[in-house]
Amino acid sequence: MSSTNERQARARGLAFLAKSQLMSADDVARALRRMAHEVVERNHSTESITIIGLQSGGAPIAEALAGYLSEIADAPVTANVLDVSFYRDDLSHNPAPASSKTSIDRDLTNRTVVLVDDVLFTGRTIRAALNALSDWGRPQAVQLCVLVDRGHRELPIRPDFVGKNLPTSIDEAIVATLDGVWIGTRADA
Amino acid sequence: MITSIRGQSLLSLDELSRDAMLEVLDTAESFVEVNRRTIKKVPALKGRVVASLFFEESTRTRLSFETAAKRLSADVLSLAVASSSVKKGESLRDTIATIDALGIDAVVLRHRSSGAALQVSRYVPHVRVINAGDGQHQHPTQGLLDAFTIRQVLSERRGTTGLESGGELFVGLRILIVGDIRHSRVARSDIAAYSTLGAEVRVCAPGTLLPDDVDRWPVTVADDFEASLEWADVVGLLRLQAERGSGAYVPSLDEFTFTHGLTVERFASIRPETLIMHPGPMNRGVEVDSRVVDSSSAIVEQQVANGVPIRMAVLYLSVAGSGES
Repeated sequence: MSSTNERQARARGLAFLAKSQLMSADDVARALRRMAHEVVERNHSTESITIIGLQSGGAPIAEALAGYLSEIADAPVTANVLDVSFYRDDLSHNPAPASSKTSIDRDLTNRTVVLVDDVLFTGRTIRAALNALSDWGRPQAVQLCVLVDRGHRELPIRPDFVGKNLPTSIDEAIVATLDGVWIGTRADA
Repeated sequence: MITSIRGQSLLSLDELSRDAMLEVLDTAESFVEVNRRTIKKVPALKGRVVASLFFEESTRTRLSFETAAKRLSADVLSLAVASSSVKKGESLRDTIATIDALGIDAVVLRHRSSGAALQVSRYVPHVRVINAGDGQHQHPTQGLLDAFTIRQVLSERRGTTGLESGGELFVGLRILIVGDIRHSRVARSDIAAYSTLGAEVRVCAPGTLLPDDVDRWPVTVADDFEASLEWADVVGLLRLQAERGSGAYVPSLDEFTFTHGLTVERFASIRPETLIMHPGPMNRGVEVDSRVVDSSSAIVEQQVANGVPIRMAVLYLSVAGSGES
């Protein structure tokens, strides 16, 4: 099992040197709980909502958000996952990325989709995700929930729910997980 | 040794590392999911052109390659050799040059000469060449899809997924390959895939249908067919290739069936969990009895179904990762 993860980590070439921690696990949990309330406030209920986490960083965060939503609404809310590798616009410049699981269990027509990701940066992942969603029907609305918005957008995309706004310089790197948020540098850069 | 087929041609499995093979298998898992969607199409190869050149007849390989390319949103140029200038005596080199002049990113090539894919990759080094079978040499995507199918079926039986099984499942797995090994490119690719992934491979065939250099292959040769059937976790059958003259290597088809055919009698004595594979097209009643193929041990249909996702994975890794030339 670990060999698959190792292979995929190696394939992505990720190596991160943390400089400082900006959010603790508790901070992240509080931010997610607040965003869950905001999602319910905006949409009045969870009935027509479909939560979709973007692979791989957004998947565990979507899972946690769905957990809080279930508590608030007192009804089960499940998290789906989407891998946007095949929809990216930078495939011809970057090597083909490793791909992971996609699982969306229903037609999205007339649903309100809440896309969940760990870090919002250039917006290109979200553009790819919006393209991908159209293959599952025509959602009533798509909302975007991110744990960290670090700026440097290259496309006209803005988040609806933000855990924390972090102004960063373009060569810094952010790691945002349920265990906390760190700022640092890419070791391989 | 090729450690990843990203941006590379796929000519043979002999030079592919274990990680490179597992990368294809893992990527294919994603494409199995894509093929279950209502809209079975992703834009990964939008604007890319894949030429499909089949100089030798084929149903499943050609259809699954072209379906795979279309589901990746590539444009497909399909050369029907029977109605092309090849019939007027145009050489392979000139045909490739003509197609290349139209602007292509990849060629899927099936040819009756061993080494044709390598030759074409030298003619057009800027184009990815995917070998879809060259003579008696290699049929890489068949080897990969057979490994993928084994991993899928065995993972399912263990209540897990292929992605989670990774490569561990192949270590020590006993795989028997029976039949016309001498003429079979499928056998060569299967053996390369299985042995690289860590399986124990045994071959069994009439002496005349074994290649002359089999002692240098990563396999053991068995004489006792019945004992080998009991030994094996997976039995891979091969077609007796009459068009490559294998008819002349055995006294008669009946004789072959008698000594090396998977008959109902032999099937009755093997372990119930043993998997039976065949790359197709089958000669029912020669290398395998119809009733065996239609039993639940046979995973021939899964093999065919996995053709599209494996070829999508190969095209995706090979073509999507290659920068604009």
